[in-house]
Amino acid sequence: MSTVKEIFETMDYGPAPESAAEAFAWLVDQGDRFGHFIDGTFTEPGQTFESRNPGTGEVLAHVTQATQADVDAAVAAARKAQKKWAKDSHARARVLYAIARLLQKHSRLFAVLETLDNGKPIRESRDIDVPLAQRHFYFHAGLAQLMDDEMPNRTALGVCGQIVPWNFPLLMLAWKIAPALAAGNTVVLKPAEYTTLTALLFADICRQAGVPRGVVNIVTGDGAVGEMITTHPDIDKIAFTGSTSVGRRIREATAGSGKALTLELGGKSPYIVFDDADLDSAVEGLVDAIWFNQGQVCCAGSRLLVQEGVAERFHAKLKRRMDGLRIGNPLDKCIDVGAIVDPVQHARIAEMVNARSGGELHQCPAPLPAEGCFYPPTLITGLTPADPLMQEEIFGPVLVSTTFRTPSEAVQLANNTRYGLAATVWTENVNLALDIAPKLAAGVVWVNATNLFDAAAGFGGVRESGFGREGGWEGLAAYTRPAKQGKPLALVKPHMGEGGPADPLDRTAKLYIGGKQARPDSGYSQAIYSPRGALLGHVGLANRKDIRNAVEAMNAASGWGKTTGHLRAQILYYVAENLSARADEFAKRLNAMTGNTKGKHEVDAAIRQLFTWAAWADKHDGRAKGVPIRGVALAMNEPVGKIGLLCADDAPLLGLVSAVAPAIAMGNRVTAIASEPFPLAATDFYQVLETSDVPAGVVNILTGRHAELATPLAAHLDVDAVWSFSSSDVSAQIEAASARNLKRTWVNDGLSRDWYAGGDSAEWRAAATEVKTIWIPYGE
Amino acid sequence: MTQTDTAQSAALSTTKDSLPQLHEPRNPGMPLDMDLIQSIQANTSAIERRAATLPGRRSVKKDYQAAWLCRAISCIDLTTLSGDDTEGRVRRLCAKARQPVAPALLEALGLPDLTVGAVCVYHDMIPAAVDALAGSNLPVAAVSTGFPAGLSPYHLRLQEIRESVAAGAREIDIVISRRHVLTGNWQALYDEMAEMRESCGDAHVKAILATGELGTLRNVARASFVCMMAGADFIKTSTGKEPVNATLPVSLTMIRAIRDYHEMTGIRVGYKPAGGISKAKDALTYLALIKDELGDRWLRPDLFRFGASSLLNDIERQLEHHVTGAYSAGWRHAAG
Repeated sequence: MSTVKEIFETMDYGPAPESAAEAFAWLVDQGDRFGHFIDGTFTEPGQTFESRNPGTGEVLAHVTQATQADVDAAVAAARKAQKKWAKDSHARARVLYAIARLLQKHSRLFAVLETLDNGKPIRESRDIDVPLAQRHFYFHAGLAQLMDDEMPNRTALGVCGQIVPWNFPLLMLAWKIAPALAAGNTVVLKPAEYTTLTALLFADICRQAGVPRGVVNIVTGDGAVGEMITTHPDIDKIAFTGSTSVGRRIREATAGSGKALTLELGGKSPYIVFDDADLDSAVEGLVDAIWFNQGQVCCAGSRLLVQEGVAERFHAKLKRRMDGLRIGNPLDKCIDVGAIVDPVQHARIAEMVNARSGGELHQCPAPLPAEGCFYPPTLITGLTPADPLMQEEIFGPVLVSTTFRTPSEAVQLANNTRYGLAATVWTENVNLALDIAPKLAAGVVWVNATNLFDAAAGFGGVRESGFGREGGWEGLAAYTRPAKQGKPLALVKPHMGEGGPADPLDRTAKLYIGGKQARPDSGYSQAIYSPRGALLGHVGLANRKDIRNAVEAMNAASGWGKTTGHLRAQILYYVAENLSARADEFAKRLNAMTGNTKGKHEVDAAIRQLFTWAAWADKHDGRAKGVPIRGVALAMNEPVGKIGLLCADDAPLLGLVSAVAPAIAMGNRVTAIASEPFPLAATDFYQVLETSDVPAGVVNILTGRHAELATPLAAHLDVDAVWSFSSSDVSAQIEAASARNLKRTWVNDGLSRDWYAGGDSAEWRAAATEVKTIWIPYGE
Repeated sequence: MTQTDTAQSAALSTTKDSLPQLHEPRNPGMPLDMDLIQSIQANTSAIERRAATLPGRRSVKKDYQAAWLCRAISCIDLTTLSGDDTEGRVRRLCAKARQPVAPALLEALGLPDLTVGAVCVYHDMIPAAVDALAGSNLPVAAVSTGFPAGLSPYHLRLQEIRESVAAGAREIDIVISRRHVLTGNWQALYDEMAEMRESCGDAHVKAILATGELGTLRNVARASFVCMMAGADFIKTSTGKEPVNATLPVSLTMIRAIRDYHEMTGIRVGYKPAGGISKAKDALTYLALIKDELGDRWLRPDLFRFGASSLLNDIERQLEHHVTGAYSAGWRHAAG
């Protein structure tokens, strides 16, 4: 032990441990053995496993591995409680408020327990995780209060199964439970098996907060329990945060089940430093980007891109800062980097770093504690995008780095990834920052800052980082569905016949790809008959190569998303004008195909839709979120990108227009597969498109069999979303195939839609856009 | 830390702890590099975030805290800069400078010879202070150049420095012309600083930037660099008379400039936050900031000073608490 006189010379920091006595006392009070929290009570412990402190390796408690019967009981309790819970939004607001207050009252207990269980520094659990969790419940108490006013056409989904990861056990629980409860759902939540304890403490809090029995259920265990939740037939939504590989499996497992799904998955988020940045501040930002929570952060700024001219200086500054990081006992109030959550993760990080193909390694020289699971902060410079470490998520305190020359190259490198969760941009040039931020493929962009979070601001990814947002109104929407639901939709069959042509002059309906009429690759055609058997014409039978060509055409039309809303509105009005000019012809065609007399009505409705979406094209405004910083968090509505569409069979023109119009109004490109039994209205419609200044490739129209085309469309890795309103039973195959690149899907699950009802523009706008949150702190 | 840094620290630690040891070569300055000055950036919100989270990231407890507080005392420029200063008042202050903490407490802490870093007074008070500090080797610092506004005739400001040095001041705290910064006239600032340094002769010069009047942190960063290029031995935040004095964001900005200057030239320039630091806990935060951003070498009175008057009393109370285990009262400690 050093004397004061010695320390006066060395000026070492010394130990500054936070006491864990209260947290241990709570564990002892619970008997160090935990069951589940089901229907408002803790169950008896069953078959248990050990929960360890990664900072020391000590066993903290014994936690129960849930059985199918446990999960069934939890789901049944949640189901039983849901109807009543959904009734009174003010009552929900009161309960959420009470939870927030209790989280605040027990804040230090939560923080210490979180650090014991997870290994993160007490500074982070105390100053970041727990306050953000509180804020989440306060904010959602407000959303619950306002929901009836603000979302009159939405209703709760029902029972939500929620699976949260080990990196932010309490905070991710808050992100899941608060919006679910606010919207009127009940939940069955499974914490990660490494980090169960704060969820159980939260369950304890729920009793004190007056959460009605069955509204919150917590079952514990490993991935097998997650699978039981995922596949449970009486669960209406799965919300998952975790790895992309598990997310993909959940997508496959839930395909066709009708369950709503949101996934918040992995990332390899770029951290871009331009040569005019405040380099010291950008270095400090990296401490919060990649050494926050030992880099075990899905949105960690793990991929450093530095402009060439300042790279050497920046790396030198960075190494100097790294060398000052303090690694050690997570309960010490004076350390920066705590323990890796589990030896399994540690081994994975070490293996990836050791297998590196190139680059120069720099590691923080601070000694690691003899006990516990620690990995030094690591920087690998001089990598190229081709190195696996530049592409793969490491999920540890390892930063990889490369350089760029120009802003456009920075964007290119930043977007050269399968992921798209977050991005950081450092520059003192406001023009550059505001130009770059929208170009980055990411759900969240931080300008001159990093890892800023707030309940009011949406968080979530694009590409293989998942879909759905958490936080803000957009996060709440993901826990609701339209109040009005469709009826079971019967397969609409084509008419058959043996008659001759109704029109003596053969008109050839082709595919419409890249602004050109194209013959199908297959060389096959299908005859289309009227109900009385008259031959109305032939359409091509598209195959997967036609889909490939259509996607290439959409790629070539990438400028559409950058056009102004005003221009898109003008074009949609022009489409309406030209459709109107040919209204009679379209009405006749519809009547001829379907055999009913509603054709004129359908054309009128289609023109009305075009007007609606011309109107929305320049009015789907983003929001400036009221986040608690000096700055703005802009929620920008960005087009989803390239959408594959299986059109409604029952409304051959209106179904097409009702889906294509919102898609292109919001800046997307579409490949639409026409109504299978009645495709000729769609093939007529491309002539309208051709005369209405719709740029080539923005709308592509294929004809053919939905069941055959759904899978290649949903599996295409360069398609961002697939919507299906088909009467063919393709929802399951679309959702299953979409798992490959985790594209967004919107399928009808075999339910009808009232194409004439209107009033559902919010649903279409939400499907056609992604919210990108751009954080811009300011101040001079 | 480099090898040299370690060696120098070791050399320092063998010397008598109460005496500021001036081992560092003085800053000779360098030609004004306008390209460099123009390229300096300071992102205010990011700097504020770093400053705001620092107290939560660093904590020193028990013996470590006591040692750090003693280190803080050794770096205090015990200051009186009031219109009603008298020789008697200055002698009292000097006595406190020599014996900043009750002898029994210092004995218990094992640091019986602890003194503050210097005494800082107006020009007219230099002789009294020099006399009162005789034999202690504690330097007298004088504020100069028309302190605090720095708007008296230029030749008088230079003359004031020379007279203060002649009167026995070993350190001169000059104030810069804020208008040079506010109008971006970096050449004028450079020239002024260089001439003032020259007027100081062998006395060390601390450049007071009056950061509360410079408008932006970017200006603070640029003015810091210009003053260092012109040969300042120390850069100092404030006169204590501006509406806003030393803050953590300003300090972070200035010490990052010091770090860059050191990386570029190998010269260590000192740092002195002044005004508004009155709590022991604040002092610990400042020391942690210096330790983390500049390194241990700067945690010595030859490279770091607190410009403070009431800080010492709060530290004394904390030290008594450390020694006795009971919370202390201000009146138990000798007035300065």
